Amino acid sequence: MTFWTIQVLNGLSFGMLLFLLAAGLSLIYGLMRILNLAHGSYYILGAYVGLSVLHATASFALATVAAVALVVALGVVMERFVLRRLPQHEELPQALMTFGILLIVGDVSLWIWGGTPTQLPKPEGLSSSVRFAGMIFPSYRLFVIAVGIVVGLALWIFQERTRLGAMIRAAIDDAEIARATGINVSLLSTGVFALGAALAALGGIIGGPLVGVYPGADFEILLLAFVVVIIGGLGSLKGALFGGLLVGLLDTFGKVLFPGLAMFTIFAPMAIILALRPTGLFGAR
Amino acid sequence: MTRGLALVAAVLLIALPWGLSSYQLGLLTKMLIFAVFAMSLNLILGYAGLPSLGHAAYFGVAAYTTALLSLRLTPNFWLDFAAGLIAAAITAALFGLLALRAQGSYLLMITLALAQVLWGIAFGWRSLTGGDDGLPGITRPAVGPWRLGDGISFYYFILVVFSLAVALMWLVVRSPFGRALVGIRESARRMEVLGYNVWLHKYVAFVLAGTLAGLSGALFVYYNGFVSPAYLSIVFSAMALIMVILGGAGTLLGPAVGSAAIVFLENAISAYTERWLLILGLIYVVVTLFAPAGLLGLLRARQAAVRM
Repeated sequence: MTFWTIQVLNGLSFGMLLFLLAAGLSLIYGLMRILNLAHGSYYILGAYVGLSVLHATASFALATVAAVALVVALGVVMERFVLRRLPQHEELPQALMTFGILLIVGDVSLWIWGGTPTQLPKPEGLSSSVRFAGMIFPSYRLFVIAVGIVVGLALWIFQERTRLGAMIRAAIDDAEIARATGINVSLLSTGVFALGAALAALGGIIGGPLVGVYPGADFEILLLAFVVVIIGGLGSLKGALFGGLLVGLLDTFGKVLFPGLAMFTIFAPMAIILALRPTGLFGAR
Repeated sequence: MTRGLALVAAVLLIALPWGLSSYQLGLLTKMLIFAVFAMSLNLILGYAGLPSLGHAAYFGVAAYTTALLSLRLTPNFWLDFAAGLIAAAITAALFGLLALRAQGSYLLMITLALAQVLWGIAFGWRSLTGGDDGLPGITRPAVGPWRLGDGISFYYFILVVFSLAVALMWLVVRSPFGRALVGIRESARRMEVLGYNVWLHKYVAFVLAGTLAGLSGALFVYYNGFVSPAYLSIVFSAMALIMVILGGAGTLLGPAVGSAAIVFLENAISAYTERWLLILGLIYVVVTLFAPAGLLGLLRARQAAVRM
């Protein structure tokens, strides 16, 4: 009983981590139709920078701020000075460009931080476990789930209940009309790119103690985020949450139940959903 | 002009083995193998307008199939080689059914995800594939009475296969089928209205491209004597992409030029630094920003400017 509860908890916390990454990927695509392959870089950069700052200062708050700030800076530079120079609405140049950046960040990270897989330490007070109803829960997993819920709620309120959120929704629906009504879509795009990068960096910090950081983690995380948005649908926050939790649970249970075939427990549902709904469960068009 | 260049290139390719060291000849062989790989991607990307981030899937499947049969069953070239091609064709036929339901960014994500499944299998199924260590020890075959053990025979064998692949590509893109692919790239809707079965055209091109990628994969196994999960990785897929773009998408021989450039650069740069992936990343950025139509595009723009 406890074993399965723990597995559910593991799946949910991993799912929430994937939600953080897929949400940014999805928001950026929704507004700008950019498939950002460098999203995986944001994750490892967030984790590595967090790790270094943590070693230097032993402060989680400082590490988070530094990692998020640096990754947001990278995201803003990419959006303002690189991606804008590419032809709009052509996916291939964007894919090549962001893949190039993925390679560069990956190799520079290997250069700076070396090739040994590392795990971020857990913040103090979250490294133990909590007893509840006769069962033991690892508190860090609960913390990750809580962060996911808080971020999800905040994003939802932001998008549905604030003026800025309404502007983003308008720009997603029809950028031309939104521009005509006086919305600064250009600035909005940079803002959304920064938000997406921040979420991925946060994912790196929070995921660091769970899945660790190592060369190639950028590709793996990117791939899982892709599967999440293929299932949930690009451009949909709801899809990112649902897809994230589903993939998190499938991955965790797949590894426990069919260790050799763990890939299939994620990809078989993906293939089925793809065959039935090529734009994902919640994707528009 | 282009015809003259092609003739010069053909003469050089035939004569070069006498002027090159065995190391350089090996490099040239690798260029030709990757040229076939890039050309196969060009068929769907350049002519039909279908980008793929998972083209290494067919390359790798053929490589593993040929390698496994050669190591475990028989060193018979015809059997191992044909099995590799068939495996690639079947994989492309399956993946095409799923991937071609999508377009644009979804197509990129789905092709990547599908290829990554195969990478995962190659990585995880250690008893069959050797996992991360790969499968070493594949020897160069004898094609009928023709033994390919030494570098020069192997090079000529690859040159023959490369020429056949170019001829096949030439026939395909000149055929009504190839013309229809270009029409679909330009406007799928118009072709639909004209009565073309757009999906079927795309699907046939997809499977053909996958099979040709498999051809290069099987050749590369014999070239390297080794296969590893890297053959299925996104880095290989993206390398084919940059070869096509760098050389010129939608041109017959552009991808071969792109392949020669990338293979040469990889080799030259790896001799000086371990940071090849960093440089490769920079190549992506620079090409996308400054030469989006490839080297041939740059050349043409310059010629046009001179004429004006």
